[in-house]
Amino acid sequence: MLDPYLPLVFMFALAGAFALFSVTAAPYIGPRRYNRAKLDAYECGIEPSPQPVVGGGRMPVAYYLTAMLFILFDIEMVFLYPFAVSADRLGLFGLVEIALFVATVGFAYAYVWRRGGLDWN
Amino acid sequence: MGVTTFLAQADELRAPAVDYGAVAPVLIVLGAACASVLFEAFLSKSQRWIGQVVLALITLVASGTALAIYAGDAPEQGTLTLSGALAVDRPVLFLWATLLLLSFGSILLIADRSVEPGGAFVAEAGVRPGTVQDRAQAAKSGMQTEVFPLTLFALGGMMVFVAANDLLTMFIALEVLSLPLYLMCGLARRRRLLSQEAAVKYFLLGAFASAFFLYGVALLYGYAGSVKLADIAAAAAGTNRSDTLLFAGFGLLVVGLLFKASVGPFHAWTPDVYQGAPTPVTAFMAACTKVAAFGGILRVLGIAFEATEWEWRGVLWGVAIASMLIGAVLGLTQTDVKRMIAYSSVAHAGFLLVGSIALTPEGLSGTLFYLLAYGFTTLAAFGVVSLVRDADGEATHLSQWAGLAKRSPVVAGVFTFLLLALAGIPLTSGFIGKFVVFSAAVQDGMAPLVVVALVASAVAAFFYLRVIVLMYFSEPAPDGPTVSVPGAFTTVAITLGAVITLVLGLWPAFVLDWAGAGAFIS
Repeated sequence: MLDPYLPLVFMFALAGAFALFSVTAAPYIGPRRYNRAKLDAYECGIEPSPQPVVGGGRMPVAYYLTAMLFILFDIEMVFLYPFAVSADRLGLFGLVEIALFVATVGFAYAYVWRRGGLDWN
Repeated sequence: MGVTTFLAQADELRAPAVDYGAVAPVLIVLGAACASVLFEAFLSKSQRWIGQVVLALITLVASGTALAIYAGDAPEQGTLTLSGALAVDRPVLFLWATLLLLSFGSILLIADRSVEPGGAFVAEAGVRPGTVQDRAQAAKSGMQTEVFPLTLFALGGMMVFVAANDLLTMFIALEVLSLPLYLMCGLARRRRLLSQEAAVKYFLLGAFASAFFLYGVALLYGYAGSVKLADIAAAAAGTNRSDTLLFAGFGLLVVGLLFKASVGPFHAWTPDVYQGAPTPVTAFMAACTKVAAFGGILRVLGIAFEATEWEWRGVLWGVAIASMLIGAVLGLTQTDVKRMIAYSSVAHAGFLLVGSIALTPEGLSGTLFYLLAYGFTTLAAFGVVSLVRDADGEATHLSQWAGLAKRSPVVAGVFTFLLLALAGIPLTSGFIGKFVVFSAAVQDGMAPLVVVALVASAVAAFFYLRVIVLMYFSEPAPDGPTVSVPGAFTTVAITLGAVITLVLGLWPAFVLDWAGAGAFIS
């Protein structure tokens, strides 16, 4: 009964083992050079506190624009996954539909790009 | 189980049949909205306004033509398309035509640059109100042309909303029509803070209403196991399941719908938003959103909840009475003409609800006719409001309208006619609208409700007449407002509204025939 899930269990175990191996092995085999940036919160954009002094403690508004644009493409990806899984079964109709969908997201992107939404200053 | 079954189901995926002729009007509007975004992206600043106006007007004409061609040989009982997500039947065709006509007038008002130099819309919405840059741009003649794609998207959402045959499609359409409207409210050139406040209020309350709607959809799905209107109706008709989910879901769903239609106790946003939004946007909202919201209400009540009518009717009686009385009584105390028309729209929403809960063919056709008639009257009324101005922009305080007839007899005359139509005086479309809706309600056994409606009409007539008396029999203030000479666009929009108000008052028969040409398909 659990047959279809057995590969998933293996996958899960393998992923866990790889992570464990990497973390334990890195201090022994990798070089260690001190760098301030390495102690920062990883991949979280800006420091949440203290607030930036420049601009009176405000976040730059361009940040929100970039964040929204990111979400736009993030959501697009979410929709592309189910299409990609069943692309052959959906046939030409599905291809046209997804092309239209990507095109509409592209229109929004073209607007943001042409009107300077991607220039940080 | 699990993965294999899921893949086996996936093998049966088939593309839904699309009746392109039936949905062409919607596709044209939404396609043009996308093209309009590209215009914003690639046209130079000087070409944008003319490009957008031409595109928007051509779109509406093309969509209307596609609608007329399809309506010519459409199946009598209507058709379901896109896997039953959209229903295109006679009431939907009527509502689509109404929406297209009303948004034609609205686009003309939005595009007008003759009354206010550069149009009623701010040039750069990102500039904070009250700053040096804000004062500087008040003198500039630029205009935020994004309002055109936003209008087209909102219109596309409205057209899908009235045709949606399942609640999820309806919810998506609700968001497509609402999100552009939230933005458009905050784009006024004058009185920026008031405009932005209106946008935030509308957005927050609208988000709540959407949540109510969605919660209702979830409960109804729990009850019927489907979000399709016909399935909900079937589940409600023949079942011994507990009704708790059904009526809890119905209540939440209806709150979301009534909010959009600015009915009764769910109207709190209406006066502030109508007052703060740029007047052409207020006209668009008052006319088109009302049509779309009541189109949705008619379909949901008429299909999904017809079998349970006697369980919920009492509640909506109460809502209709509350709406009529709130609109009529609070309208009396208003001193701002835009707020006054807003409360008038709350009262009218109550009258429309009276027709909507009479689930008879007469109730349906009467409500459809009322929507068309009211939409044009209110559109023209807001068009006139945009003409009366002083140095600070529109002069909306009622005291500034005193003696207007002496300054500008034509504008005062047109506004008087429109107010009489809103009050429901004979020879105007307002009278015919009220007559058909109320007679449908009486035939359906709602005589007490109609008595309340007549009393509310009489109370409301007082505040319309007060403005007329003010315009004709008061001395004009020495530093009163001037009446701008409207450019071609505003003139056409106001004339269109006033002429249709008159024509529907004199010869309503042919439009009543169209409105009563068929029933909903589910």
